[in-house]
Amino acid sequence: MANSFTRLMSGRNAAVVLASLGAGTMATGFLMSENGTLAADTKKKLYPPSADFPDLRKHNNCMASALTPAIYAKLRDKLTPNNWTLDQCIQTGVDNPGHPFIKTVGCVAGDEESYEVFAELFDPVIKDRHNGYDPRTMKHPTDLDASKITHGMFDENYVLSSRVRTGRSIRGLSLPPACSRSERREVERVVVTALAGLKGDLAGRYYSLGEMTEQEQQQLIDDHFLFDKPVSPLLTCAFMARDWPDARGIWHNNEKTFLIWINEEDHTRVISMEKGGNMKRVFERFCRGLKQVEKLIQERGWEFMWNEHLGYILTCPSNLGTGLRAGVHVRLPKLSKDPRFSQILNNLRLQKRGTGGVDTAATGNVFDISNNDRLGKSEVELVQLLVDGVNYLIECEKRLEKGQDIKIPAPVPQFKK
Amino acid sequence: MTETCQYLNFKTEEEFPDLSKHNNHMAKVLTKEIYGKLRDKQTPSGFTLDDVIQTGVDNPGHPFIMTVGCVAGDEESYEVFKELFDPIISDRHGGYKPTDKHKTDLNFENLKGGDDLDPNYVLSSRVRTGRSVKGYTLPPHTSRGERRAIEKLSVEALTSLDGEFKGKYYPLKSMTDAEQEQLISDHFLFDKPVSPLLTCAGMARDWPDARGIWHNDNKTFLVWVNEEDHLRVISMQKGGNMREVFRRFCVGLQKIEEIFKKHNHGFMWNEHIGYVLTCPSNLGTGLRGGVHVKLPKLSTHAKFEEILTRLRLQKRGTGGVDTASVGGVFDISNADRLGSSEVQQVQLVVDGVKLMVEMEKKLEKGEAIDSMIPAQK
Repeated sequence: MANSFTRLMSGRNAAVVLASLGAGTMATGFLMSENGTLAADTKKKLYPPSADFPDLRKHNNCMASALTPAIYAKLRDKLTPNNWTLDQCIQTGVDNPGHPFIKTVGCVAGDEESYEVFAELFDPVIKDRHNGYDPRTMKHPTDLDASKITHGMFDENYVLSSRVRTGRSIRGLSLPPACSRSERREVERVVVTALAGLKGDLAGRYYSLGEMTEQEQQQLIDDHFLFDKPVSPLLTCAFMARDWPDARGIWHNNEKTFLIWINEEDHTRVISMEKGGNMKRVFERFCRGLKQVEKLIQERGWEFMWNEHLGYILTCPSNLGTGLRAGVHVRLPKLSKDPRFSQILNNLRLQKRGTGGVDTAATGNVFDISNNDRLGKSEVELVQLLVDGVNYLIECEKRLEKGQDIKIPAPVPQFKK
Repeated sequence: MTETCQYLNFKTEEEFPDLSKHNNHMAKVLTKEIYGKLRDKQTPSGFTLDDVIQTGVDNPGHPFIMTVGCVAGDEESYEVFKELFDPIISDRHGGYKPTDKHKTDLNFENLKGGDDLDPNYVLSSRVRTGRSVKGYTLPPHTSRGERRAIEKLSVEALTSLDGEFKGKYYPLKSMTDAEQEQLISDHFLFDKPVSPLLTCAGMARDWPDARGIWHNDNKTFLVWVNEEDHLRVISMQKGGNMREVFRRFCVGLQKIEEIFKKHNHGFMWNEHIGYVLTCPSNLGTGLRGGVHVKLPKLSTHAKFEEILTRLRLQKRGTGGVDTASVGGVFDISNADRLGSSEVQQVQLVVDGVKLMVEMEKKLEKGEAIDSMIPAQK
């Protein structure tokens, strides 16, 4: 935030120790000046952390499971260099006790530093969400070499489309929950400038949300590319819809197989997709595109947020690591009715969603099947898992068609020790 | 600062919101100059200009009304961001000047008449206002600790009332299903705001923590705690006895205020903008006095809007501010809040509604009403 320097000077960050006032009392009378104003630091003394601790008794999200009064007390008065607070991180989790389909995370980062300044909250949340991954001790592998993928061509009688997405954040600029309008516009400028440098099958153009024509909008809707102002309270309560549609837009290549969302839930969401079952080609384009974009921003002195413990830094802790969701739309009419379906998915480390995305149920017999995990395994590992898993599901479907029995596969091992 | 940290000194132009498609008071008033002057300021509690205007940036317009597009985060907002608020206040409140003084009059005996509105037409009468408790920030900005303190103090004050004001508090987060059903049937229950005008201003945070409803046993005096303002105070009853509604309103308010004062947390008020509330539209009296009245013929008359304007009244649907009328029944209330007193505003409602009912009766008989159309009040 541009004004943060001024704010750092104004005392909000600095005020900590006043003469002890008998913490916890409500006897404010003698503290108030004639017109009753209270400075921010006096306020802190009047309201010890216990006064502000949220009521999470009806809550079921990762933040509510991890946040204790002790952790809250330690972190409440801390600020990141962008003046982002713990209360701001957790607001979305306080406002959204639970979700019908999934255990939500319930907290977001406002900037790269959030994960460090509020580590005492984020570390257990990360562990909970990412199968026990410990950011203090473990390292996350990054591998974008698509040539390593095997058996990445699916039977197109079953797989209707293939897609890989991830997110990338621009280091030095606050994340969508916290960014000012000028920072958001800077993200847009940096990314759009870089994308203009893409060539060949990746060449394309940018459509600003606020300025696109009616026709362009309709085309983007027909292509299933257009994203709209978030309505999910998980996002709106995390301040991500502010100033909509300022500095938001969609870029895609002319072939409509490589797409980038700017300033939605992350600085950028990068998507490679095509009809049919050629996941290998989708992933190959994904890796190539990502590397080129990275090179183009580096030429201008920018870089992506990344570190060796958390991998790629994104707004939601659930997307740390690879931020990668590789998936297919696949027909599984028989398998989906088999009572072992969930167990099979579980063991293969896959998840199912409806074809409308995360908050939908399946229609017909077509499912969105994708990898569960994001952190602790590399991009190549996760895509290979998805490939192997989907091939297995198709095998099961074929066997059931022939009246043969299927087996629940052994669970895929977690992290390498 | 780290090496990669880009504390770029973004210029005013780079930060200034795009208001080209906007139609609210804030968008009409906010210039780059004003923005540049105020962007680095904050109130003692840390509320900034961006915080003030966020709701107006996120909500370009409203189908039925010209919205304000900004809120105060605390009492000091109106002073620290004067350069923005003063012209908005002037636009919204009929040219009210920064030097003008606002008169408060909660002496119900100064009201003339008001006890004889025809109940065949006037179905119900209601007066509401808001009050902010000194020493706390306002709903867009309160922390959970503050909001709970406001609740605690409010409940203490309200539960000490007796006589016609004896009642009970129902916290939103712990009411039983039965209590909830009852409050809904009584049309008392308020719910988590869904209007983006309110949610974008941060007023729904931590819902339903420290929110609740208090009402007297007679169900004629009701207080909302921690919705859009610290307190919303409502006096209401079926029928047309606005005088009685206003009496109970004034008496109840004054009793409550005494108790808050004893705790060194009186109500926010000053002689320029009267009672200080979250939305600039409610400054002054914060009072909306109104009736639900059947005006099927008058409401379709060509001069209906003109009559309302001259009487200084406004119409709403019977569902409240964001609704249209149903079955010829309108919610008619005072349009003004600042620059005239409570008594004056309720007087306008009483006189105006009386006149409109007479017009309705004339139209029923097929007679003209042109001679009855009033001059501008």
